[in-house]
Amino acid sequence: MALLEIRNLHASVAGNEILRGVDLTVDAGEVHAIMGPNGSGKSTLAHVLAGRPGYEVTAGEVLFKGQNLLAMAPELRAREGVFLAFQYPVEIPGVSNVYFLKNALNAVRKHRGLPELDAFDFLSLVEERAKLVDIDEELVKRPVNEGFSGGEKKRNEIFQMAILDPTLAILDETDSGLDIDALRIVAAGVNSLRTAERAMIVVTHYQRLLNYIVPDFLHVLVEGRIALEGGKELALELEEKGYAWLDGEPPAKAGTAPLTVG
Amino acid sequence: MEAVAEETAGLERSISEAYRERRSPRDPGWVAEIRRAGMERFRETGFPTVREDAWKYTNVAPFVNVPFQLASHERGSFARPLPLPAGAGVQIVLVNGRYAPDLSSVGLLTGGLEVASLAEVIAARPEAIEPYLAKTVRDGNAFAQLNSAFVDDGVFVRIPARTAVADPIHLVFLSEPTFGPTVSHPRNLVIAEAGSESSVVETFLGTAGEPYFTNAVTEVVLHDGAVLDFSKLELEGDAAFHVATIAVALGRNSNFTSHSISLGGALARNDLNVRLDAEGADCTLNGLFLGTGTQLLDNHTLIDHAMPHGTSRELYKGILDGKSRGIFHGKIIVRPDAQKTDAMQTNKNLLLSKEALVNSEPALEIFADDVKCRHGSTIGQLDAAAMFYLRSRGIGEEEARNLLVYAFASDVASRIRVAPLRALVQQHLGLRLPGGGV
Repeated sequence: MALLEIRNLHASVAGNEILRGVDLTVDAGEVHAIMGPNGSGKSTLAHVLAGRPGYEVTAGEVLFKGQNLLAMAPELRAREGVFLAFQYPVEIPGVSNVYFLKNALNAVRKHRGLPELDAFDFLSLVEERAKLVDIDEELVKRPVNEGFSGGEKKRNEIFQMAILDPTLAILDETDSGLDIDALRIVAAGVNSLRTAERAMIVVTHYQRLLNYIVPDFLHVLVEGRIALEGGKELALELEEKGYAWLDGEPPAKAGTAPLTVG
Repeated sequence: MEAVAEETAGLERSISEAYRERRSPRDPGWVAEIRRAGMERFRETGFPTVREDAWKYTNVAPFVNVPFQLASHERGSFARPLPLPAGAGVQIVLVNGRYAPDLSSVGLLTGGLEVASLAEVIAARPEAIEPYLAKTVRDGNAFAQLNSAFVDDGVFVRIPARTAVADPIHLVFLSEPTFGPTVSHPRNLVIAEAGSESSVVETFLGTAGEPYFTNAVTEVVLHDGAVLDFSKLELEGDAAFHVATIAVALGRNSNFTSHSISLGGALARNDLNVRLDAEGADCTLNGLFLGTGTQLLDNHTLIDHAMPHGTSRELYKGILDGKSRGIFHGKIIVRPDAQKTDAMQTNKNLLLSKEALVNSEPALEIFADDVKCRHGSTIGQLDAAAMFYLRSRGIGEEEARNLLVYAFASDVASRIRVAPLRALVQQHLGLRLPGGGV
């Protein structure tokens, strides 16, 4: 049984159909990259999997560990092991990162039949995992994402992932807005969390993230469907040719292709 | 028709009677004049009605029909323990508007700090207060005028020049109506002399379930370079009516911070008027009001930038549940001389039930051209993006909602600098909000 099976998934946002029949199978331990031009439905797919209200599934099914994922509330998906690293992490003034994460972790642990962590054990875990993404422990004590720089917010997402220990991590454009150093740190954090049990779906617009997080499989989403699939070599091909040829236009010639797409 | 006349007469008649009976021939002539002028202006206007702009959402008719009697100076024998912010500092307690020496600790003050009963200062050293009393609040509303008409007891605080008073000065106003509905008119005067530093906390408390009326006025003067952190905790009984004006005058380069927390009362109306009277004055006004049941909580603030280089920051938050109603009216005036003024006002409100209601009215009157003024106001439900974010990490829907409500309120509470007061407010938030205990 695959960890995640997406079959013929159709989804709409505010009445507009964005996903038009996505099929994707992800096994434990695999890293899948999803690329595609703007508006192709990459982020929509990520949010549908995490259960964001307002994203309406109109057809198809998603099985996570054999269970109907779409029937679960967002918190239940998280407790079952789904984690979404947000493209735009939300600022929550008045709630400290530590308090929020301790509650989240204990909700997850309770669901998994594990004992809740007390403050001492939790802080030891924080100390250990904070090193993975080189996140300042002072930042961890501050209100969730409030006043964080773009890079700090993305690091905080990966830090949360390190704490919550998901089975399926979905990274939604985690590279967007990061400079080289921040990208390296975030990617190193992600790579350190690659295990034989954990699967990852890395959603990105640009090939550059995939230099750091090397996927096992790559899928190209165009107009709500997977138009092309392959191994990690496909990413380089895309970089050369751009996305335009996938829309039926002739492939751009190697060497002259614009690197920025959309 | 006679019944109607009888009803509307209610409080106004009992006021007139009380005013006639309360002549204190021993008081200095200028105090008598304040009373006379206050009564005269009150009689001219009478109680405000909803036809007046400043009172259009706050109908005082239900309580001005109650013939509140002037609170007895005799205290009930049940002086209960006060749920006060613990900790160090001077404490002065008034019961039913009258100084209660046995509950107060103002005996041993060091460094020239004065904290005393206003009535005692009027009797013993009227010259200490004559330059100040009724000067800052001169254009107050009808209730402030009424307070002046009954000027008698209250608290006098003087922080001497160039003195830093580390521990907070607590002013406690306790109402325990002993014979039917009563009214008290506490009058306070806080003088922060040049270069002084201090913090003052006003707490209003009272018996639950019994109607009473607190009509308070506090005049605050900050001389040049003074720093004052001023907190007000309104925790009146659930059947109480609380109307209060705090009038503040800021001297050159002085710094005034206010934290206004409204939790109690059937109806609470706060007028906070700050006048930046000299160059370089700075004020920060924070406020939080939590309405439940059928409470009405009304906050009117006025920041009057009269001189150049003044800065004001204002953040008021309201959380309304049940059928409660909240009002925020924030006026900022920038007068022609007040160039280089920098003013920012924010009011955010959260409605937790369909029947709760809030009115948010920013009002900017700007007569200078080289100024920076911003304001923002929101009324709404919880942020959907934040809700999803919390839930996507495994936190249940109800817990996520509670967490966000508490965080919304805690944002203001956490700004309170007097630690025991901050703890007390957070404890009340814990009791009042579903997400308590965070």
